[in-house]
Amino acid sequence: MLISDLFEETYFAIRANKFRSGLTILGIVIGIGSVIAMISIGQGAAGSIETRIQSMGSNLLTVSPGFQRGAAAGPVSAGRGSAQTLTLEDADSITNEISSVRAVAPELSRRYQIVAKGENTNTQVMGTTASYLDVRNVEIDQGSFITEQNISSLSKVAVLGPTVRDDLFATGTNPVGETIRINGMNFKVIGVTKSKGGTGFGSQDEMIFIPITTAQKFLSGASYVSTINVQVESSQLMTQAKNEITNLLLQRHNITTPEMADFSVLSQEDILQSASSITNTMTILLASIAGISLIVGGIGIMNMMMTTVTERTREIGLRKAIGAKRLDISLQFLAEAVMLTFLGGAFGIMLGAGLACGITFFTSTATKVSLFSIILAFSVAAGIGIAFGYWPAQKAAKLNPIEALRYE
Amino acid sequence: MIEVRNITKVYKTGDVETRVLKGISFSIEKGEFVAIIGPSGSGKSTLMHILGCLDTPTSGQYFFEGKDVSKLSDDELADIRKKKIGFVFQSFNLLPRATVLRNVELPLIYANTSKQKREELAKDVLLSAGLEERHFNHLSNQLSGGEMQRVAIARALVNDPTVIFADEPTGNLDSKTGEIVLRTFQGLNKQGKTIILITHEKYIAEHAKRIIFLKDGEVVEDIPAQRAKIIGQIKE
Repeated sequence: MLISDLFEETYFAIRANKFRSGLTILGIVIGIGSVIAMISIGQGAAGSIETRIQSMGSNLLTVSPGFQRGAAAGPVSAGRGSAQTLTLEDADSITNEISSVRAVAPELSRRYQIVAKGENTNTQVMGTTASYLDVRNVEIDQGSFITEQNISSLSKVAVLGPTVRDDLFATGTNPVGETIRINGMNFKVIGVTKSKGGTGFGSQDEMIFIPITTAQKFLSGASYVSTINVQVESSQLMTQAKNEITNLLLQRHNITTPEMADFSVLSQEDILQSASSITNTMTILLASIAGISLIVGGIGIMNMMMTTVTERTREIGLRKAIGAKRLDISLQFLAEAVMLTFLGGAFGIMLGAGLACGITFFTSTATKVSLFSIILAFSVAAGIGIAFGYWPAQKAAKLNPIEALRYE
Repeated sequence: MIEVRNITKVYKTGDVETRVLKGISFSIEKGEFVAIIGPSGSGKSTLMHILGCLDTPTSGQYFFEGKDVSKLSDDELADIRKKKIGFVFQSFNLLPRATVLRNVELPLIYANTSKQKREELAKDVLLSAGLEERHFNHLSNQLSGGEMQRVAIARALVNDPTVIFADEPTGNLDSKTGEIVLRTFQGLNKQGKTIILITHEKYIAEHAKRIIFLKDGEVVEDIPAQRAKIIGQIKE
């Protein structure tokens, strides 16, 4: 049997049972559609998390304090990040001694109550240096950022995040030159950063930036820093820089075994990896729930094919009598099943893409219909057609022509 | 061309054995028009299935064009049916939702004939089976019984078989259309086709040139149709 004839026969057979074929296909349409929609939601979420993390700054390494160890710490561990072992000197030595580093921005942050002109709020106050702008990809909207001059002279100046500006002053006003009170001390507002989007813990829009020296001297009264942000020259040098920083700090902190380090160096990639493992798990979970409906759809196909084979027993008998071999018959019914699932797959992709667009439109959740999910859907559809069409096709092929011709 | 030697067919249902054919031997030459006649239960359908390569005998040998086909597999038999044999059934067995042309083309589809050639051949045989050209694109379930049987005959002819089996071809037709169909077979026989007609009615068998009488799975008589007529007249 020629391939073109096989298609033609299949087309005639499906057209002869339009309504029943349509209902059966619906099961596959819904199955494939939900798989596509779920995967697109998962991948959309992964994509937006990725861009969010990358917006933190490019080629970024974060040095955070680790456990407080040794005799000074006593028997009770205060937990990771509790150590107050990183200092401004550590940050300076990273700048001076490691060539693959472009810029270093140490930070020291804590929440304080802020008062301005009768309004007040509670937010994160971050002491940092001028290079923070470059390292963390922050842009200035109004006024200017903290300068080296401010740092060496311990100036009481503050740069506001746009949300803080809106909370303390009226939305969209220019607060440059105004005075705010942090922890009872007057600070002069010298600038406002551009909005980066994002809300909640750690959003740069909700921060107030002050010179790190000022923060150490007047607010915390201590000499440690809470994090050191390091920008590396290029992405190829990330691993090298990470190792060099680790070695340098181990040496500076007099620690001989790397396992005992009282700090940790985390690259953006590490953060990305853990974030994407979360979204991957979510995608797999969603897709497998949708996959169940696909299996149900496949059983629908098998059910229809079984009915078709029984209904067309006489026709199968005749086809065999005029010379059709087993393979001819089984191919014909298999092709019918695969054609049904393919049609279902095609409509399902449209439905899924439509659902994804709808979700983006109504809930503003990012979605992404990828070529991968379309190829996956099509091969799953074909696979289901073959898997669930095989048994009915075999049943048809094995019919005895004499009995099939007598069948009423 | 067709030769059977002592063939038997035994059906088993559970522990019960039914001997349908009990050692049948005869041969049929190219160009013959043979009627196999017998009452129901005589084994004529079973014999036709074996002769038509739809089934194999339990024992004995069947030579089709000199080749022993009694031990062939399903697919090997299908190959012989495809190339050498045409069937005409009592209930026509046309595909109801396909056009007349497509029904006739069906055997050629399994023989991998090109679409163009198929249409050509199908039109030729339809005309020689006596179907008018205006019916060619009708659906087969829109035709009358006589027309349907002509389509079925055309389908049996389209792959230019060496032998045509007709199983009660007039059983579902009125006597007038039945007569026309039988004339068609006689015409085909004149053109050199070998025809084997299976029936239980004597007057139908008399359209053939030779009659094989079957009873209880055995050949009881094998005579020219001319003599059968005379014997019949004497008996009456």
